[in-house]
Amino acid sequence: MKSSDKPAPKEKSLPSLTPSEITRYSRHILLREVGVIGQKKLKAASVLVIGAGGLGSPLALYLAAAGVGKIGLVDFDLVEASNLQRQILHGTKDIDRPKVASARDRLLDLNPDIEVVTHNVKLSSQNAAKIFKKYDIVADGTDNFPTRYLINDVCVLEKKTNVYASIFQFEGQVTIFGAPDGPCYRCLYPAPPPPGLIPSCGEGGVMGVLPGVIGSLQALEVIKLIVGGGSPLIGRLLLFDALRVSFNELTVEKDPNCPICGQSPTIDAPIDYEEFCGLGPKNEDPAEPISAGELKDRIDKGDKLQVIDIREPHERVLCPFPGAKVVPFGQLARRMDEFSPNEDLIFICKIGQRSLHAIRALKRAGYPGRMLNLTDGLVAWAELDGGPAAIY
Amino acid sequence: MSVNLLIPTALRGFTNGQSQLELTGATVKELLSDLAQKHPDIAPHLFDETGAVRSFVNIFVESKNIKNLNGLDTSVNPGQTVTLVPSIAGGRS
Repeated sequence: MKSSDKPAPKEKSLPSLTPSEITRYSRHILLREVGVIGQKKLKAASVLVIGAGGLGSPLALYLAAAGVGKIGLVDFDLVEASNLQRQILHGTKDIDRPKVASARDRLLDLNPDIEVVTHNVKLSSQNAAKIFKKYDIVADGTDNFPTRYLINDVCVLEKKTNVYASIFQFEGQVTIFGAPDGPCYRCLYPAPPPPGLIPSCGEGGVMGVLPGVIGSLQALEVIKLIVGGGSPLIGRLLLFDALRVSFNELTVEKDPNCPICGQSPTIDAPIDYEEFCGLGPKNEDPAEPISAGELKDRIDKGDKLQVIDIREPHERVLCPFPGAKVVPFGQLARRMDEFSPNEDLIFICKIGQRSLHAIRALKRAGYPGRMLNLTDGLVAWAELDGGPAAIY
Repeated sequence: MSVNLLIPTALRGFTNGQSQLELTGATVKELLSDLAQKHPDIAPHLFDETGAVRSFVNIFVESKNIKNLNGLDTSVNPGQTVTLVPSIAGGRS
């Protein structure tokens, strides 16, 4: 098949299977499309799973169960209680452990015959190529735009196929980028959205089963690339809507003008992805901060101010802020006449990020009054005495 | 008969939570002007200052990207489905 990024190993050079492996993988071996040869290819394969979280959980579990010989895991986070609603690699006992350590234990418990290599680092322009070189296939299950563009670019430069998946609330996307003759991420999305448009899972929420569905499809595509056969998702973007339970398949074509995989590429090395995604220091438009303590003092003193809550309705139910004026992010610019420029506006959200973007959006729209951003948002507010009992 | 526009979760905050809209227009451009008229908050997220489609949004008529057709001038027929597909990054956290 054309999709593999290196020639399939010759049958003779493939590792042999032990009797216990033949027993363990018998349900694969019985499939004509996999067979003994396919199972040996899986044993010889190495896959780098980036992100040991929502997508990485089912992905790494199924790759380990399938007998992929070497699985690399990249993540630098610790397991938190709020991860366990969807990140089924980790258990309650793993809270506060590095995700890669918890994941390694779980994968080796599932299949002690494989090798699990942990990379407890933040993937960067400096270290990515060195890590990617050690693997046949890369699977992108990360959660932010800078890392997604980094993974894409290094995969194209190192000629590694990138099995891509991403999720948001109830929606998932799966495809394969960087295959020979196939499109890359930049062919589909030349540039990322500006910060603030799309909240993260932490702010926007995610249905716990969704990464289970999407990460499993990602595992399926990885296994198909290794074994060969079938029709891999190259040049096809699969969308899944969990609320409607609908799959939609769209065509993705290679862009001849793509800056990294096109006919005259202009990018020949990893760039500064924070800067590219509008997150670099040059793009910081500093909003005036206010700490939770200062805000509480001003409210207690009866200062003239207006608190603007830009969160979604379901978030406000979980953690209300009494007395705040509710204006959803998307309506701010249109409704700025409702604010009085004579009093300070204090913008609040869960962690103080969307509120920052709200202030920038209003500045761009020409709002003349003073605007302050509640530093660290409701999370900081919750830590004060008199704040809400629980943060979500 | 109108054209069915599918709105992704990330943009539903600008369409009163609606996931699909019945709109009219003979081209993608006309269809999106109808959208922007009915839901003005969504416009800045779809178009830049010059009126071009933003680079993190793809628009598909049925399964084809308008980038590979006639761009905003791609014609749409009643009964067809147009899908907005913005980039989403979630997965690890």
